[in-house]
Amino acid sequence: MIDRTPKDGRFHSVSVALAGSGGAGVMTAGNMLLEAAAHAGYYGLMTRTSGPQIRGGEAAAMVRVSTFASDSQDDRFDALVAIDWQNVNRFASEIPLGAGSLLIGDPAQGEPPETFTRMGARYVPVELKALAKSIPDGWPNMVALGLLGGLMRLPKASLLHAVTKATKKGGDALAASLAAVKLGIEQATRIEGPFTLAAAQASGKRWLVSGNEAAGYGALRGGVRFVAAYPITPATELLEWMSPALAKVGGTLVQAEDELASINMILGASYGGVPSLTATSGPGLSLMIEALGLGVTAEIPIVVVDVMRTGPSTGIATKTEQADLNIAMYGMHGDAPHIVVAPNSVADCLAATQWAVSLAESVQAPAIVLSDQYFGQARAIVERPADASYPGERLRAPENAAGYKRYALTESGVSPMAIPGTPGVTYTADGLEHNERGTPSSQPADHLAQLEKRQRKLAHLDCDQHWASIEGEGDIAVLTWGSCTAPVREAFARARADGIKARLVSLRLLSPTQPERLKKALAGVKRVLVVEQSFSGQFYRYLKAEYELPGEVHSLRRPGPLPFRPNEIHETLVKWSRS
Amino acid sequence: MNAPATVVALTAQSFKSDYKPVWCPGCGDYTVLASITRALAALSLRPENVAVVSGIGCSSRIPAYTTCYGFHGVHGRALAAGTGLKVARPDLTVLVAGGDGDGYSIGGNHFLHACRRNVDLTYIVMDNHVYGMTKGQPSPTTEPDWKSKLSPGGTGLREFHPLVIALASGANFIARSFSGDPSGTASLIAEAVQHPGFSFIEVLSPCVTFRPEQRAWKEAVRPAPVAPTDDPARAARRLMTDDGFNIGVLYKGKRNPYPTDKRASLEVAALEKEFAL
Repeated sequence: MIDRTPKDGRFHSVSVALAGSGGAGVMTAGNMLLEAAAHAGYYGLMTRTSGPQIRGGEAAAMVRVSTFASDSQDDRFDALVAIDWQNVNRFASEIPLGAGSLLIGDPAQGEPPETFTRMGARYVPVELKALAKSIPDGWPNMVALGLLGGLMRLPKASLLHAVTKATKKGGDALAASLAAVKLGIEQATRIEGPFTLAAAQASGKRWLVSGNEAAGYGALRGGVRFVAAYPITPATELLEWMSPALAKVGGTLVQAEDELASINMILGASYGGVPSLTATSGPGLSLMIEALGLGVTAEIPIVVVDVMRTGPSTGIATKTEQADLNIAMYGMHGDAPHIVVAPNSVADCLAATQWAVSLAESVQAPAIVLSDQYFGQARAIVERPADASYPGERLRAPENAAGYKRYALTESGVSPMAIPGTPGVTYTADGLEHNERGTPSSQPADHLAQLEKRQRKLAHLDCDQHWASIEGEGDIAVLTWGSCTAPVREAFARARADGIKARLVSLRLLSPTQPERLKKALAGVKRVLVVEQSFSGQFYRYLKAEYELPGEVHSLRRPGPLPFRPNEIHETLVKWSRS
Repeated sequence: MNAPATVVALTAQSFKSDYKPVWCPGCGDYTVLASITRALAALSLRPENVAVVSGIGCSSRIPAYTTCYGFHGVHGRALAAGTGLKVARPDLTVLVAGGDGDGYSIGGNHFLHACRRNVDLTYIVMDNHVYGMTKGQPSPTTEPDWKSKLSPGGTGLREFHPLVIALASGANFIARSFSGDPSGTASLIAEAVQHPGFSFIEVLSPCVTFRPEQRAWKEAVRPAPVAPTDDPARAARRLMTDDGFNIGVLYKGKRNPYPTDKRASLEVAALEKEFAL
């Protein structure tokens, strides 16, 4: 086991988990801890896990506070505080502890489960409930918040600020919470081996944002003004964020009766000239596939954000996986060229979604954004994302264009789209194969010409430098995408500190594929590690089918929901750099 | 110099495209097309301000036979597409059209929720009690004892009652017409377009190829013996007891249509305040 205690006794990253059964308020306390870290000038990340119950089930808030920005969880947790132990053992694989970690529980709730104690963590009993009860209306989660903040030596003022900011009621309830937090902070001073954070280094503007919120904001930045959607975990928060936001900027959100309706509603709205989007998860995407093909054939730009969860079928609705790549790439019947984009950080959910809107609009084709539960429901303290603008917009037909043909065979494949209300260029958008004018046609020549046209649009797609994030250099490379990029990035940061040279390529544009660009990006590479969160290696197979990869190619994959830990990737980089 | 623009009232003919319909000779849908174009002309609309939205089936081919903006989408989802279009573009007149299979079977759920939602659009169903495009299978409105290759002994299922369902689900205007009465159908369509909210017209439109016995509908239909009501309870009693051949407006409700007002009160960039630390 690596000695994680920093030489000067100051930690640059502390990871804690707060667990308990439903109603214990672990998410509330976790959010406050993150808010306090933000207030104190740190970076941070909160992810969440929960049992299958809608309400009342066990849940854990996992909070990382650091002096540097990272979307990754650390290799393990420094402390687990359990308000009670009911079913918390179910999270053992998601909350790895080690020697030096603290396992803090209320002795009144019984002994900690063996699944945790055998990980080598030191058990520290703290009477959370009794302490909370010593204050009228005091709650154990607030004691736990003080305890966790205190263990990191977060400034007391930041913790109290976070509680005050989040407690809308004020008055006695607030006073009780503040008193409970103070009690927790005091308890922390009595525990040996705190995880004292190094001084905060954040400068400049920071945001506290979830991936789902960032994606919603990116959609609005891209010009989306119509959303139709059906609630589904873990995409619902994206919609709940967009609903009032759209109303403020002059747009609309319609709650549809099902995903078949939502996708067809956005096709109708976009046909009407309004950039449109829906958000869903795997089961919903499955239902939308037929109409996505309509978007391809009728050439109607739309954006579908798929916040992936484990599949197939209902899978594990609350947990993350990267296994919708196949359906997003190849799910449609017929030859159906379209766009697939994947954000590779929480903040990138903004840029990737904004970009997807621009790409869809500029080539008049559907775009799928593959986010996932990890990013979507993570709340992160990030650098304020740079203001990006993408040039792509819809090519519109002018009024009374002579001899107007909606599906004219142009060089770029993109033909001017007539928007209802424009005189002299009316046409029928059709899912039937058609000729240039849009008249249904069963002629082989028309089918071929329109297939080529639709393919040509994507071949001409201007993806500039946005197609991938390329970081570092060297003759070993890691190829990854989506949320797996987070632990890979952190592994690279550690490798750089060790003087190891390696190249990270995280694909943001999955379709249309960019074989020439990737070839260039990997020139001189001798070994490639492909990292993904899919049991069957969907990304690996996609790469093998669509690209030419240099040298030895290894696949590192696992199904969701367990994330890769930076050390897993770091170890390979170390090993490869030595051989 | 350009001559000053003058607004010329359009004729029904100017709403008709030069496409030759795929329909069989004698199909009821020809006269429904004529009724739609006549209604649009009577309403003094311009083709570019009207969108005709459909799904899949014989009657769903209708958008391209007009000179309006058309949307010929996937099977069963016409009402969803029409809803999205109207909510995004409330300035347009939106007609959704299709058949009984498209609207009541594969699209049944959207029918219920379109009635509930009450978006200001007009839904015209050309009901012939059969799947014509796939050559003669029973639809939700087919009689239980009608025999076909797919159901040799008949379906044995009771018919779907679209008007009762529409009423129960909240449609704001319910009418029945017969394709053999193009001027009556045209005026019903015009009235439906003008009535706020979700307007539903069930048009009995015979399939002379797979249901030649429907030629007899001509003799069966009659004007509804009573004036339209705005009382859902009375309308329910009438619709439940009617034999399916009463023609005319059967219900005119007073529900407020789905709101489509949009007013921007904030720049998009201002929204980032809620994330900023």
